[in-house]
Amino acid sequence: MMRHLISAADLTRDDAVLILDTAEEMARVADRPIKKLPTLRGRTICNLFFEDSTRTRISFEAAEKRLSADVINFAAKGSSVSKGESLKDTAQTLEAMGVDAVVIRHGASGAPFRLATSGWIDAPVINAGDGTHQHPTQALLDAFTMRRRLVGRDAGLGKDLAGKRVTLVGDVLHSRVARSNVDLLHTLGAEVTLVAPPTLVPVGVETWPCEVSYDLDGVLPKSDAVMMLRVQRERMNAAFFPTEREYSRRYGLDGERMAKMPEHAIVMHPGPMVRGMEITAEVADSDRCTVVEQVANGVSVRMAVLYLLLGGSEPAVAPATTRTEESK
Amino acid sequence: MKMSKILIRGAKVLGGEPQDVLLDGETVEAVGTGLTAEGATVIEADGQILLPGLVDLHTHLREPGREDSETVLTGTRAAASGGYTAVFAMANTHPVADTAGVVEQVYRLGKEAGYCDVQPIGAVTVGLEGKKLAELGAMHDSAAGVTVFSDDGKCVDDAVIMRRALEYVKAFGGVVAQHAQEPRLTEGAQMNEGVVSAELGLGGWPAVAEESIIARDVLLAEHVGSRVHICHLSTAGSVEIVRWAKSRGIDVTAEVTPHHLLLTDELVRTYDPVYKVNPPLRTERDVLALREALADGTIDIVATDHAPHPHEDKDCEWAAAAMGMVGLETALSVVQQTMVETGLLDWAGVADRMSFAPARIGRATGHGRPVSAGEPANLVLVDPAYRGTVDPADFASRSRNTPYEGRELPGRVTHTFLRGRATVMDGKLA
Repeated sequence: MMRHLISAADLTRDDAVLILDTAEEMARVADRPIKKLPTLRGRTICNLFFEDSTRTRISFEAAEKRLSADVINFAAKGSSVSKGESLKDTAQTLEAMGVDAVVIRHGASGAPFRLATSGWIDAPVINAGDGTHQHPTQALLDAFTMRRRLVGRDAGLGKDLAGKRVTLVGDVLHSRVARSNVDLLHTLGAEVTLVAPPTLVPVGVETWPCEVSYDLDGVLPKSDAVMMLRVQRERMNAAFFPTEREYSRRYGLDGERMAKMPEHAIVMHPGPMVRGMEITAEVADSDRCTVVEQVANGVSVRMAVLYLLLGGSEPAVAPATTRTEESK
Repeated sequence: MKMSKILIRGAKVLGGEPQDVLLDGETVEAVGTGLTAEGATVIEADGQILLPGLVDLHTHLREPGREDSETVLTGTRAAASGGYTAVFAMANTHPVADTAGVVEQVYRLGKEAGYCDVQPIGAVTVGLEGKKLAELGAMHDSAAGVTVFSDDGKCVDDAVIMRRALEYVKAFGGVVAQHAQEPRLTEGAQMNEGVVSAELGLGGWPAVAEESIIARDVLLAEHVGSRVHICHLSTAGSVEIVRWAKSRGIDVTAEVTPHHLLLTDELVRTYDPVYKVNPPLRTERDVLALREALADGTIDIVATDHAPHPHEDKDCEWAAAAMGMVGLETALSVVQQTMVETGLLDWAGVADRMSFAPARIGRATGHGRPVSAGEPANLVLVDPAYRGTVDPADFASRSRNTPYEGRELPGRVTHTFLRGRATVMDGKLA
């Protein structure tokens, strides 16, 4: 296993399957009355958030606490960063306080990579989303959700997503979720199609291991999972598309469109959703939509990542047999 | 003070057969074989290459305003180390060099430093804001005698202002040097737009933002019958446009930086801001087109765009970092590697692209002259056989933001002479 988790592209197929399998083990902990493992007791993890993100921060915090780590939350707003302190100084200050790992969210693409490779600090770095670059734990939780739904909770163990057809719809240009998913899904053997207005597809996309289409209706019947990406309203002012309504008509998912998908196909969204823009309430609230499951799975996947990066070789969850013996 | 004579023995003048060159005071007294001179300091060139002192049409000396990154003194020491005898100092200082007062200050600082001639460039518009012409005539008439005008760092993007500037400077033989960057197409731009930017999620700086401005400006220059100079041309498409313009007889000249001749945007994958520069590093295809264009004369000159920045402005995340690289002390080595050792240019070609042509474009009197009797003794002696690894700690520049740290580059400046006085002797600043 690697020392840092910076990009989904850095994961091999076996790394990724190991994380997903470990996440299944972690998910079982959530079903217990006491949702806590002693694995990271005495270890300190800092959630270094230079960008507002309540849900990702809380998800990491829940994962860390379930592994019994001590958690420090650092939000840039109102901190020394807003007084001009650099990323380097902030990171070194935190490391001097004895932090064992840093979970970083940053608005600048590449900031976690810099933190991990520039020699500023020694601690493992986990990327919780950087600019428009990568968000690897999001891709892992998405893959986890797809494997559970499309392959099976137990049947999926040890397996990847070979042959599954996944469609990502929306603002690919500004999306770290799209980049991470394209990388990871390709590694796991899925076939990925990006659907977006041409203005929201990056120049250079032709080298990505995926297809690009501008026709949502044509792609939907051939999709096992359709992931809707959030479209920020402010993009409209930069002329990426004429109006919200036109975007919604051409690239939004409503009930009628959802009906074109195969019966087993699922609808995903990394959140937060803009209801009425890329997704209608009818779709968001349907049982084909996995958005709430994705949140729950996020905690399991992040526990798995933290455990594998920090926990060493000991088993995360004590085997059932040992427990039985203890209770004898 | 009477200066003693210097005899350079066995130097390959412009890469030709070994000859002796005798300097007397500020001028070259004789060039030939078997020269002797009583009491002269003898320098055994031993087959090293003798070139006219290099001329850089595009240097940022940062003074006044950012003396933490460079001063006229440290910048000209760096220039001398790199074999330069004249540099043109860009106008984006604080305050901006948009008045006679500021250009005279920079000119005077250059004289005091004494390591190489400093020719200030004047801003085209007040405060580099692109709105209102600066007093171009006053800067030309000042002691600094400005002939090159540029808002470098910013593009003169308003077509009317650009047209007027091109027309206006004709009255005194001036030239506008354009930083070609369409501002709307490059909002939030962080690197070349293409395959690498798509993967890295960094804002793209598309080639078309440079090419569209160059196309417009060569047409403007043609329309008003002016000459125009294009700064740091960086794309294969720009080369095509300049080639077309020259074929039409348009009076356009263009420069390329050493880093655009060697480095590509693949290096940005490191997210190390030492590779962050404006215009950005482009693709392999662009690099090859630029080399070809410099060889065939479509691109007239090599200019460093020496852009010093303090360590803290580079020791950070990519988006927060300053754009620019130092280049004065590595330029000749990079040109040797990319142009001479590839067979694209001989040493006479190097002399043209790095001395004769830039001196001509900038009207730098006394520089870019042939190595012959009666000419000013502005010379550089280069050891092309030298191989070394770039160590920024050796730089004379106050800043260390080089993209070549740890890289092996060929060639070394052993001596630089400014009007007969050694500014560099045996590889060390005199």
